[in-house]
This record gives sequence, C-alpha cells and structure tokens, in this order.
Amino acid sequence: MPPEVKRPPLPDGLVAFVKRDCPTCGLVVPVLKGLAEKLSVTVYTQDDPSFPASLQPVDDTGLERSYLHQIEVVPTLLRVDEGVEVERTVGWHRKDWEALSGKGGLGTGLPALRPGCGSASVDPEVALDLRVRFGDHALQSRRIEFGSAEDEMEALYERGWTDGLPVVPPTERRVLAMLEGTSRNPDEVVAHVPPDLAPCTVEKVAVNAVLAGCKPEYLPVVLAAVEAACTEAFNIHGLLATTMTAGPVLIVNGPIRRALGMNSGRNVFGQGNRANSTIGRALQLVIRNVGGGRPGEIDRATFGNPGKVGFCFAEDEEGSPWSPLSTDLGATAGQSTVTLFPGEGPRTIVDQLARDPESLVRSYAMNLRSLHHPKAVMAFDCLLAIGPEHARVFAEGGWDKKELLARLHELLLIPTEELVRGAGGVAEGVPENIQVKALPKFRPGGILIVHCGGEAGLFSAMIGGWVTGEMGSQPVVREITR
Amino acid sequence: MSSQATGPVVLDPTAESEPVGRARLPRPPTLKGLSLGLLDISKARGDIFLDRLEARFRQEGAQVRRYKKPTFTKPAPVDVRRQIAEECEAVVEALAD
Repeated sequence: MPPEVKRPPLPDGLVAFVKRDCPTCGLVVPVLKGLAEKLSVTVYTQDDPSFPASLQPVDDTGLERSYLHQIEVVPTLLRVDEGVEVERTVGWHRKDWEALSGKGGLGTGLPALRPGCGSASVDPEVALDLRVRFGDHALQSRRIEFGSAEDEMEALYERGWTDGLPVVPPTERRVLAMLEGTSRNPDEVVAHVPPDLAPCTVEKVAVNAVLAGCKPEYLPVVLAAVEAACTEAFNIHGLLATTMTAGPVLIVNGPIRRALGMNSGRNVFGQGNRANSTIGRALQLVIRNVGGGRPGEIDRATFGNPGKVGFCFAEDEEGSPWSPLSTDLGATAGQSTVTLFPGEGPRTIVDQLARDPESLVRSYAMNLRSLHHPKAVMAFDCLLAIGPEHARVFAEGGWDKKELLARLHELLLIPTEELVRGAGGVAEGVPENIQVKALPKFRPGGILIVHCGGEAGLFSAMIGGWVTGEMGSQPVVREITR
Repeated sequence: MSSQATGPVVLDPTAESEPVGRARLPRPPTLKGLSLGLLDISKARGDIFLDRLEARFRQEGAQVRRYKKPTFTKPAPVDVRRQIAEECEAVVEALAD
C-alpha cells in the first residue's frame, strides 16, 4: 500500500470485523457480547448494517475500514491502543481470543477452533474498485477528466489517441486490471519509442493496451513487441517514416498462443480473434501515442496497408511438419516468443495442382519474384506463410524446411540480363554495369517461413518486407515473459 | 477542464512530453563566405541533386562541405549531427526519390 494512503483511526479497545454471511461470525456474536460487558468493543459489519444488532455495529458496508486496515478474514479481532493496532487474530480460536482480550473462559460452548471466511474487502470482484476508490496504487499517468456532458468515446477521438477505430477508455480500474497481466513494475521503462524517443513505461504500454482492447493476459506479448520494435535491428523509426506500405507484423510462437486462444488457423490474417486483433493494435497505438508517430506526420506512407491498424497472428505449430519460425531465428524450442517482421499486406499464392514439392516450389518462386517488382533484387525480405494443404505436399515428398529454402533461393537466382534497366521495355531495374551473370531475389536468410492458415485450401501467402538488413530492418524475435 | 460536473477520468496514453518552441535563426543575408553543409541521406540519386546544389552554391561564393548518413532509414548519427553543427552555418538536407 503506498505510504500516502491514510488509514482511518480505529477506536481503542477491542475491534472486530464481521459479516452476516459468515457462519463463524454468527458463532462468535455471544462471545463478543460477553466481552462488551467488560471491555470496550467496536464491531464493524461488512454486509448487513444491522448485524449483530445486539452490539450496535458500525456500518462498514463501504468497506473503507476493512480495506484500509487490510482485513482479509472475518471475523478478525484486533486490540487497539491509542489508535494503533497492537495485535490481531483471525477466525475463531479460543486460546488466541483469550490471549488477545486478556479474558478467560470465552465461548465455552463453542468448538475450540473454527476458521473464518474471506473478508468482503478481498473479494476479487471488488478488489480493483477498492484500490481505485482508496487510491491504493502508484499510477503515474496524468489524469484527464471529461465533462459529464462529454461523450467519452468522442472525447478520445478528439484528443487524437485513436487509430481511427473506437478505443476502450483507459480508466484507472482498467489500467490496474491490465497491469495484473504482468509481474513487471509499472514504472519500469520498457523502451524509448521513436520517433520522439520518448521513454515508455510498463504503465504507458498498459494504458495503450487498454485503448486497443487487450485483455490483461495479452500484456506480456505487447511488452515484448514494444521492446522488439524499438531495437536498433528492427528500426521502427524507419519503418514508420517510410513512404512504403509496410508496418510491423507480429508472429507469436510457443505455449502462450494456446493460453491466449490465438488464431493460427482459418482466417489467420483476418478479423474475429480478440488477441490477434488487439495485440498488434496495441503496439501501433504505443508508437502513435507514446512515440508520437502519426500518419501524415512522421508516418509518410504513400499507401500504407490495412494491417497497420495491427497485424498479429500465431503460427500453427501443432499442424506443422517443420520447426517453428521462432527457433529458425534463434529462440529455444518451447519458448513463448513474438517475432516482428516489417511487412506489407499478404498476397495469396494459388496452386491447386501441384502434388510434388518441386512443382510447388517452382510456383512459389514465380510468385515471390513479383514481390515489390519482378526486377527488384536483394532489397527486401519475405515472410512466406505456408498453408496446411501445401505443407502436406512437402511433408509427403520428404522435404524439410532447409531443403525447401535451398531450392527456393536456387530458383530465385535471376539472370542479370532480365533485371537490368530497360530489359523487357521497362525502365526500372538494376544498373547496367553489374558484372555478375545472375542476382538473387533475396539475401541469404531473407525468406522466412511460417506455417498457418485453415485446413482447407491449396494456398500459401507471401508478405513482402521492407528495406532489408542493417541498412533497414531485420526480423527480431523476443521471448515473452510474464 | 470545465465547470461542468465531472465525467469519467482516464489516464493519458501519451508520453506527456511538451515540445520546446525554438525560434529559427535569422536568414543569412548572403551566401558569400558562408560555411554550408550538404547532407546526403543515402537515398538513390540524392547525390545527383546535391552535386547540382553544390555547384550553384559555390557560384554564389559559399564554402560547401558534404556529409552523408549511412542509411536513409535511420536518423543521422549523433557524431554527424555534431560535426555539422560545429562546422556549418547552414545546412541543406536532401530528400530524394
């Protein structure tokens, strides 16, 4: 409890906290009555202001005293001296009650021991409300108070905090609930978020995760994504500022996919799953609100793409014949991770006739060559999302991922004469003075493979990247920890 | 915020930073003798534009210094920014494409 939270004083003598709903409290009423004949006894009641009528109870149905004196069990018996609690016991335990009160022979007709019940002030359904009501938290963000006549949803738009879709108002209660999704301290700085390089705390990420519609258990994924985005390697500054269409694409691997109920199957890139739809959105709102990266300002995209609202999905690891993307990028098997890839919108590769790997990989190569421009080489990476029906063709043909990638890179070694400026009557292309006979479409390691999508459909999908390597953006994998 | 009765209270999702307003330097009255930096951001064909600018500025009597960012996708390194600030009285940053 923060030190600034003041506890209301309690009267001297014995103080008991009870509720009618608790059988042990009913049991000790005669004991309390007996004590009240000899000592000063004050009873605070949590649920029924008339219980126990014989002891003129003090109404604590608002739970102020129960909460601020950290009552966890009823009955709780305290001994208070000069306004200060000096001793407490919980439930009914004759010896403890006798020791605390200094009176012997208590409750002789009762069992020696009877456990109490949970205090109404620790009921999980009200605990957050009480924390907010009594200021029992250390949230640092500036409070914005709306007028009662203001429509809060409209007010959130007017302040420029949304991506164009409605957001969930980040009330203290919702942000506190969000923060329960992580064990990290709210004031810990997660990253310095471009373009303003503003320090971003766990609390600020939580506020934006609320805006995005996340559940608290999603927060660790969002935190890991913010960290990954703000690395030198991923270079979110450049990805934000570019005129190209790409934005951050988040791929989640490991046990957390199932824990969050993420979609890795049908309509994997589409709408309909809360975790998929809100985690990527939360990252983009952090960049917008904390980093100051807004479309039309630092975000100079010519077109952008609908995935820039948030593009996040899970890999179908269980149905995959291969290792997951995360371990391909260096993560340990079984780790929960989020991988960030700078990507544009997905495009479908339709091949419904290939029944052998060689035929299918040739289809892939033909399609992949068209990314950005059929003459663009070594400039962009690619995320190749292989659907289950296509993956089965490779699995049945005995191709592992390594073999598939090797063949793809081989097929995508393109004769320079097809790539030079002017070739095919197209001005775009590589400079004419290049001496080598062929150039690779992708750099080594520039094709990433992920297995996902619905069980029906002989399709795969390709997601083109952005400026590749150290000069631009590299895929970054980050472990998700609670 | 207003004299109305209070409505919902929300937490500010921004960095809560307040930009510092800085006045622009006065426009140099002449280019003659001015130390002028040209920053190439490493975008394709930006150098062609800067070559042309350099020639024009030299005709006007400016002393031209050239600088280059390693990549257009990232902000200029601190050292480059500092060097420009120390050596130049004015700078032209060339965007390209």
